[in-house]
Amino acid sequence: MSDVILEMRNIGKEFPGVKALDNVTFSVTRGEIHALVGENGAGKSTLMKVLSGVYPFGTYSGDIIFNGKECHFKDIHQSEQVGLVIIHQELALVPYLSIAENMFLGNEQNKNGIIDWNGSYSKSVDLLKKVGLHETPNTLISTMGVGRQQLVEIAKALAKEVKLLILDEPTASLNEKDSDNLLELLVQLKAQGITSILISHKLNEIEKVADSITVLRDGATVETMDCHKDKISEDRIIRDMVGRDITNRFPPRDNKIGEVVFEIQDWNVYHPVHSDLKVSTDVNINVRRGEVVGLAGLMGAGRTELAMSIFGRSYGTRITGKALRFGKEIDVSTVDKAIKNGVAYATEDRKAYGLVLIQDLKDNITLANLEAISDGMVINQPKEMSVTSGYREKLNIKCSSLQQLAINLSGGNQQKVVLSKWLFANPDVLILDEPTRGIDVGAKYEIYTIINRLASEGKSIILISSELTEILGVCDRIYIMRDGKIVGEMPASEATPEIVMKHIMTQEVMEK
Amino acid sequence: MKALRTFFKDQIRDYALLIALVVIMVFFQIITKGILFKPVNITNLVLQNSYVITMALGMLLIILTSWIDLSVGSVVAVIGAVAAVLMVKMHVDWVLTVGICLVLGAVIGIWQGYWVAFVKIPAFIVTLAGMLIFRGLTLVILDGESIGPFPTGFQKISTGFIPDVFKIPGIHFTTIVIGIILAIVLVLMDLQARKNQRKYGFEVTPTSIFILKNVIVTIGIMALCYLLASYKGLPNVLVLLFALITFYSFITSQTVIGRRIYAMGGNEKAARLSGVNTPLLLFGTFVNMGVLAALGGLIVAARLNSATPNAGDGMELDVIAACYIGGASPSGGIGKVIGAVVGAFIIGVLNNGMSIMGLGIDWQKVVKGMVLLVAVLFDVSQKNKS
Repeated sequence: MSDVILEMRNIGKEFPGVKALDNVTFSVTRGEIHALVGENGAGKSTLMKVLSGVYPFGTYSGDIIFNGKECHFKDIHQSEQVGLVIIHQELALVPYLSIAENMFLGNEQNKNGIIDWNGSYSKSVDLLKKVGLHETPNTLISTMGVGRQQLVEIAKALAKEVKLLILDEPTASLNEKDSDNLLELLVQLKAQGITSILISHKLNEIEKVADSITVLRDGATVETMDCHKDKISEDRIIRDMVGRDITNRFPPRDNKIGEVVFEIQDWNVYHPVHSDLKVSTDVNINVRRGEVVGLAGLMGAGRTELAMSIFGRSYGTRITGKALRFGKEIDVSTVDKAIKNGVAYATEDRKAYGLVLIQDLKDNITLANLEAISDGMVINQPKEMSVTSGYREKLNIKCSSLQQLAINLSGGNQQKVVLSKWLFANPDVLILDEPTRGIDVGAKYEIYTIINRLASEGKSIILISSELTEILGVCDRIYIMRDGKIVGEMPASEATPEIVMKHIMTQEVMEK
Repeated sequence: MKALRTFFKDQIRDYALLIALVVIMVFFQIITKGILFKPVNITNLVLQNSYVITMALGMLLIILTSWIDLSVGSVVAVIGAVAAVLMVKMHVDWVLTVGICLVLGAVIGIWQGYWVAFVKIPAFIVTLAGMLIFRGLTLVILDGESIGPFPTGFQKISTGFIPDVFKIPGIHFTTIVIGIILAIVLVLMDLQARKNQRKYGFEVTPTSIFILKNVIVTIGIMALCYLLASYKGLPNVLVLLFALITFYSFITSQTVIGRRIYAMGGNEKAARLSGVNTPLLLFGTFVNMGVLAALGGLIVAARLNSATPNAGDGMELDVIAACYIGGASPSGGIGKVIGAVVGAFIIGVLNNGMSIMGLGIDWQKVVKGMVLLVAVLFDVSQKNKS
């Protein structure tokens, strides 16, 4: 029997209204690279947060056994002390400090509170050599690329005498060469006895380095495969990831699809800060009257960036391309103009971008179309009241009154407020970005019903979602996006989870 | 009873402020052995605080957007200096001078608003620079000396009273009449608003509270008018203030611009993604502040009857404190015009009462600082509770 370094038994974790993890069992053998895969929202990150003490002992159920000892971590510090280090997708480096300073942040080499710079430097030189990074310890983080920063993170973990290294999508923002380097490093570290857990969406990478693979789905373990014994194929992994029953989770629909209402032609967008980095490349999409079009893809595929660049250039620079409504070019260069030309965008992050949380329902719903409830510049309060109470009824928003603050609503009801706001702006095209993120199953069903009703009323809807089942259950037609490009298009009737996932994840695609 | 309790829980901040003002006034009335409420002192209180209130109106809008303006004290000085040079040295007509100064205030607002809104330099820095720049320019313009006196017409802005049409000896009866009309109008407006709220399903205040509130407001207005009438009547500047307060209350609570300012302060990104031109709006609040600071400067100059190099020194702190004491949130999006006005009066009564007591300027600052801290502490603890 192989030597087990980590065992997580019957782990359960609940958030208000959502069961994020349900009886998960996960075990890692010493000295292996163990890949953890699953759809967005399958529970990978939650599981790792339980493991590293972000969710302290007592807030979850089940046992964690590390190196043969049962562990009750109260915070990240405690988990790091036993040699368990997690490197998050968003790097935790301070840009205006040097490599050495970052490497020993929170773990400073000191005598009586005075930093031992010589010790820090000599130690960091050793560690940099170990990860194969040719930089002096004085280099500022802000002057380095993401790939190199990732290596600094790993060196930082090594400084803490890591035994089990957890990497959450380490290659998500790396180019191919940097990704290869990183994977190579993981294999080297394995030879030195460091065990790794690799969370990734990129199946080719996993096949390259993983010794075993665990698939999570809907907060539960599907299976663990041994790459050296079992026959592993992408198809098998994908089937594990998506293979669930999708009947009855979506309301039935019957849409009458009409002429093309909205069209984007040759749309190109560059990154707002790194202006030579392209985030959308030659995108051509259209949506018809009464049609729900899905934009499928992984996080980071550039879907939100595309949508926001269309909606009043809210993202990116050097934007080129045409937006057409009913075949005529329209001006979408500011949010105000986009709204006036019949485009609306409901953000994926309703708390940060969608709602004014400290204001009430009423103020939030009318914000994007105040002209419609005003006589000149003066707000007609009775009119505002009747308009908003109309939406409260129509969308079944559960609230104590229209003067309830948005911050005090549940996620599902907040989302309905955001939808109300955009419905009141009366657009022809409604772009919905992850409209069901973080809300429970019942509220999801209601949101789907609203989408159906809007389509049947003749609106055109573009739905961005990372949940494949949602895309398949709601849309009439699907575009698939990867690396800022549209890499596939198909009617929903021809799509299966396996086909779509294959387009999303594999490099070689059958071009349509 | 339950209605009463939830009412107080929701509205405690608004009423606590008024109660605090009354408590402070009663305290000083007792400690100064009745001087505070003497008609001449009440009149003085209004005159002394007119410019703080004027500028607090502009400052509130800026604080609502989550920024701040540190330069208003220096703007007061530079506008006073320009007005003095125009009227005393160049003999420009005082009405024209007022016009020029207000335009100059707008230009100052454009200057600062441009850097804050379009170049995105933090307002704290831009207006700190403005604080130095405009104080320096004041010294340049005045050459380190005071200039005065001003034409009588100009002085009357701050020191004049409205004419009495009734001419009853011993009391300025016009003031009483205006007070009665004002009280009736306010009660009628409140009734109408309540009727509308009922009609459209808003939560309304319980009837008992509603009546109590209107009775207290009416008594307050009549008492103030009576006190003013026993001296020289309604000061011109109070009429101006009343017009400004009404205007800005209306703007913030009833108009599209007001709603957008609150939305922008509450969540700038959400406002921008809802089609609000946030930079332009921010720019506008600074231009508005410039004009109101200029008006404040004119009132100060008219009151002192001279322009001095250190006019308005430290005034920005009273103005900002008035807004915070009045319940405005430093992070933006929360605050009311009436709160800022009451806040300004609290500061004013503290200044006035402590001066009558003969407390030194040193201890006055300590007390004001403590009051500011306690007021914000109250806000923070309220927020944490909910």
